[in-house]
Amino acid sequence: MGAIQNKLDGPVSEELALVRAAKGGDDSAFEELVRRYDRNVFRIAQHITQNREDAEDVVQEAFLKAYGNLAKFQEQSKFYTWLVRIAVNEALMKLRRRKPERTVSLDEDIKTEEDSLPREIADWSPNPEQQYTQAELREILSKTIQGLPPGFRTVFVLRDVEGLSTEETAAALELSVPAVKSRLLRARLQLRERLGKYFQRRDNGDNKGSPKIGDVKTDAASGDGDL
Amino acid sequence: MKCSEFLHELTSYLDGVLDEKTKVELENHLSWCHNCYVVCDTTKKTIEIYRDSQLYELPEDLRSRLRSAIMTKCQQQKRRGPQSV
Repeated sequence: MGAIQNKLDGPVSEELALVRAAKGGDDSAFEELVRRYDRNVFRIAQHITQNREDAEDVVQEAFLKAYGNLAKFQEQSKFYTWLVRIAVNEALMKLRRRKPERTVSLDEDIKTEEDSLPREIADWSPNPEQQYTQAELREILSKTIQGLPPGFRTVFVLRDVEGLSTEETAAALELSVPAVKSRLLRARLQLRERLGKYFQRRDNGDNKGSPKIGDVKTDAASGDGDL
Repeated sequence: MKCSEFLHELTSYLDGVLDEKTKVELENHLSWCHNCYVVCDTTKKTIEIYRDSQLYELPEDLRSRLRSAIMTKCQQQKRRGPQSV
């Protein structure tokens, strides 16, 4: 069983050239940076806010802030990591505005290790995602990840969906490396366990009795409260 | 290696950053512990399914609308001069 490779390994020097051109007033260079990362920022924002309109706002606000603060970008990290940090902060602000009664932050520890220990060990079908249509699968994945506290899903999305390194994720979220590792493990295990309801191997070979999509426990409110 | 130790190393293993000695111990554990093998395999699938899911893709028409709004606002901001954020 091999390791999973990160997918985001773009040419950093090209990125830096664009950043420097943008700093020098070349708006088309900045537009190229928008083109390069808008999809990533949108995905991250929607994962955190769980709301499409908020995610659209976050994309605009994050790039606008990046533009306004470009002179302050020290070039000690990748531009993308810096941009993600801005976007995550904007997305968390949206979340706080929508749920003012709850504290939403990423720097508190969440639950104990035991909460994430595997309880359900049953194996999955060989190609579990093929049991569902694309639309069904997206709904399952979306509802499943919504059930995680924002601190967990943000780490999972940055590391496993966007392919940031552990160090970059830690820098973007202003967390320690051990905190990122611990959250990532728990996020992965919780998602695995929740997805197991849909993807478990069924010996009779059909889908009778498999859960309906509506059965997914989103429980977003209690998830947010755990932060 | 015990099951709890396996779990502790799982993330590093899946990320390919385990040292060789621990990796050998972990794979040895997986060769006889079916439960841990299943946890490892299904966790890996979980990551792959999310990575390949195209969840929350930005549609092209919305994408160009957003980009043009961003660039318009950037130019307005430039005309107003630098501001603290």
